[in-house]
Amino acid sequence: MKNDEKILEIKHLKKKYDDTVILNDININIYKGEVVVVLGPSGCGKSTLLRCINGLETIQEGGIYLNGEKISNQDKKMHFVRQKIGMVFQSYDLFPHLTIVENILLGPIKAQGRDKKDATQEAEKLLERVGLLDKRNSYPRQLSGGQKQRVAIVRALCMHPQVMLFDEITAALDPEMVREVLDVMLELAKEGGTMVIVTHEMQFARAIADRIIFLDQSRIIEESTPQEFFENPKTSRAKQFLNVFDFEVVKHSDSNK
Amino acid sequence: MQDLGIRVLFEGKNLIRLLGGLWVTLRISLLSAAISIVLGILLGMVMNRKNPITRAITRVYLEFIRIMPQLVLLFLVYFGLTKAFGINLTGETAAVIVFSIWGTAEMGDLVRGALQSIPKHQYESGKAIGLTQLQIYCYIIIPQTIRRLLPLAINLITRMIKTTSLIVLIGVVEMVKVGQQIIEANRLTVPSASLWVYAFIFFLYFIVCYPISRLSACLEKRWKN
Repeated sequence: MKNDEKILEIKHLKKKYDDTVILNDININIYKGEVVVVLGPSGCGKSTLLRCINGLETIQEGGIYLNGEKISNQDKKMHFVRQKIGMVFQSYDLFPHLTIVENILLGPIKAQGRDKKDATQEAEKLLERVGLLDKRNSYPRQLSGGQKQRVAIVRALCMHPQVMLFDEITAALDPEMVREVLDVMLELAKEGGTMVIVTHEMQFARAIADRIIFLDQSRIIEESTPQEFFENPKTSRAKQFLNVFDFEVVKHSDSNK
Repeated sequence: MQDLGIRVLFEGKNLIRLLGGLWVTLRISLLSAAISIVLGILLGMVMNRKNPITRAITRVYLEFIRIMPQLVLLFLVYFGLTKAFGINLTGETAAVIVFSIWGTAEMGDLVRGALQSIPKHQYESGKAIGLTQLQIYCYIIIPQTIRRLLPLAINLITRMIKTTSLIVLIGVVEMVKVGQQIIEANRLTVPSASLWVYAFIFFLYFIVCYPISRLSACLEKRWKN
């Protein structure tokens, strides 16, 4: 899927809140069609990294480039940049006063000024793909968490973004709803979408990623293929992190014989 | 056989006078409500700013108006201004001023609350689909704020209509005062008039306020989410 065309470049990014350094000297290149999963313990700055890419946070040093054009700290033009970078949040924030289809169309019509009929057709096609066409005129409150999150993905997709950012989008969902959302993302990855994903679903990360980036204490500690990362982590910090997800069996069925 | 007090209502111009009183009540309260809503929206937006100075000023204003009984405010503006500065206001003008000052404070607080109740994510989601700040306000924030605000604002109007009965005390002849005049005039001939007149006044307040309060409840139900 991956080719050599760089889409997103992050160079020496440094992000501070007052004196607390959240991200320090981050360098990442993301290529067209690549799926990058960012892992790391909570508080390591994963979400902040995505928010910086989408310009929701200003950065203190370094730069972020989209197709070679600087996009970091561009206050005035930021809304143009965001039209090219889709982002889906953990808390699936659909707009509660609009129907599903209106939610999806707000961006394409108002921000991009596209034709309403074309955009509607596309929105419906996308909704059908995620199995929610029959909900097109419902309101967000009538949908389950997983359904809302799928709509949020469609809403971002309908903008034709060049890169999609997913910020722990299954973290707030009930376990049985996680799958339906992850399936949508797997399908997007198969189609060659460029994605940066922050997640706590390790199995999923392994399945979808072309590359894993492991962040800890505001730095990139390890960067490798999923196979290497999960089977043979280079750093002890990564090993420790992965161990958290393994459990030892404490009760054996034959223990009370 | 006792005289039926209800007769008083239809004697002479009594009915017209009572309705005239109702008109004075409505004129003052609706005018004040309109002013309060406009100024209150502006005040609410100012209150939401992070500037500590505007915060402090609006806070003091709000607390001051809330703590003061409206009657004291009425006396202050109607009698106080005349005594201290020789400004002579008519009772109606004084009433509109006081109720606007009070309503603006209440409305401002409602607007502030409604704006604050919009989660931060709503702004961010709007940004994430590439909307400008203005578009985010027009299509996302304001429509949601209005939905939260409208039922509360309508409630404020009914409260205002009821509170205007206080303006009798600064000499404005509104519905309650007209009623008292009618009762006084018939005290000797029809002793039971007071019951009927006040019941009728209650009825008039009811038919004005009830639809408004129903409307507020309906909107609240429809927009609940």
